[in-house]
Amino acid sequence: MTLMPNAITAAPLLSVRGLTRRYGARIGCADVSFDLYPGEVLGIVGESGSGKSTLLSCLAGLQPPDQGKILFDGTDVLTLPEAERRRLLRGDWAYVHQNPRDGLRMGVSAGGNVGERLMAVGARNYGAIRATATDWLGRVEIAADRIDDRPSAFSGGMQQRLQIARNLVTGPRLVFMDEPTGGLDVSVQARLLDLLRGLVRDLGLSVVIVTHDLAVVRLLADRLMVMKSGRVVETGLTDQVLDDPQHAYTQLLVSSVLQV
Amino acid sequence: MIEIRNLSKSFTLHNQGSAAIPVMADAHLEVAPGECVGLIGRSGAGKSTLMRMVYGNYLAQEGSIRVGDLDVVSAEPRQIIALRRAVLGHVSQFLRVVPRVPTLEVVAEPLLRLGVPADQARARAARLLTRLNIPERLWTLSPTTFSGGEQQRVNIARGFVHDYPALLLDEPTASLDARNREEVLRLIEEAKARGAAILGIFHDEAARDRVCDRLVDVTAFTPGLAA
Repeated sequence: MTLMPNAITAAPLLSVRGLTRRYGARIGCADVSFDLYPGEVLGIVGESGSGKSTLLSCLAGLQPPDQGKILFDGTDVLTLPEAERRRLLRGDWAYVHQNPRDGLRMGVSAGGNVGERLMAVGARNYGAIRATATDWLGRVEIAADRIDDRPSAFSGGMQQRLQIARNLVTGPRLVFMDEPTGGLDVSVQARLLDLLRGLVRDLGLSVVIVTHDLAVVRLLADRLMVMKSGRVVETGLTDQVLDDPQHAYTQLLVSSVLQV
Repeated sequence: MIEIRNLSKSFTLHNQGSAAIPVMADAHLEVAPGECVGLIGRSGAGKSTLMRMVYGNYLAQEGSIRVGDLDVVSAEPRQIIALRRAVLGHVSQFLRVVPRVPTLEVVAEPLLRLGVPADQARARAARLLTRLNIPERLWTLSPTTFSGGEQQRVNIARGFVHDYPALLLDEPTASLDARNREEVLRLIEEAKARGAAILGIFHDEAARDRVCDRLVDVTAFTPGLAA
């Protein structure tokens, strides 16, 4: 038996150093640094306005940071030519929006939503694309007979699962998620959490997930980063940060959660 | 297998006047492979705190906790994650799972995370659930709807599904009837026989006498309580 799995010796998939984004005089996020390793789920928590969403959109290339470095698999993402950066966004990276409407094309069928991303990375055979799309709808628990329906005919939970299928179909290595369970009923949230956990485990995905829901990160994230006023105030193993928080703000955040 | 040296811990409550509360000072103990060490001491003396520190759930201010070849006190989070996955098992008093996940999957999950093929993982999970008298008709249901005793047994099955070289057991026989208590004690004895190092809290004195080779009174490490 190997006592130390090889994940320990692997190089980080994503390395972030000194990432800063300002909005005029105001700080979006400041001096954020971390490493994310293959197969690891990093949760970013903090209240509204803490800078967690700004950080996520800078990481995912949705807005440029003012300072700092982002290395993906050793490549400096911020100096990458536009065409290559776009290829990254379509293939190796995925971004799951809080509102599925922001990540889906509402006028295109469910199968089309999934197939479109495959075609963006070069798939051309219609039969193969449809077969892969059907397989992915099954993995996110959408019945095959809904493949030609538009997402507008789906419930919120189904739309979110479709968005996840659309994102994961190209086999990304890094997935960014912005409050993926945010607008959903509690029962639907549980199902989605279960699905995400299974996919992360089986596909070995690395994930950066932003949420204000501490229960979600406890079940999903390996590590936590706590943000306040644009800065990281505490990091650590998820259960350690939640059960033995060191920073005043984290202690306040954890103790403010209502017990069910 | 588990070696604790000069371990100290205090909590600082920043939102309550930054009060620093020392809860452990200069703790030390060892657990050899195949040995079971029981933690004793009155309620609040720090038995659970010590267990949580070994698991990496609580931070330490000073000292070292070696589990296998890793010092948990100074380890990176991902090293602790790897340690928990393969080396250090933990049976807590409470089952914390994603709602709606079937019991069989909950128990098989530690093996799936280790990369064991799904059919083997489920077969092993099924054997443990059978031993612990969880009826098969419940395996497809989420344990969140189970009784306290059933949840406890699911938690134990999950903790014993992989042959961890080191195990932390927090009151594993609490809220169990005689038949299931006996089965859990046998699981502990089997783990010891294959060489697992076990650190546990047992309020059940008969259980403690049967499986523990030594007892450590944590009161000796409690600031203000040490003799």
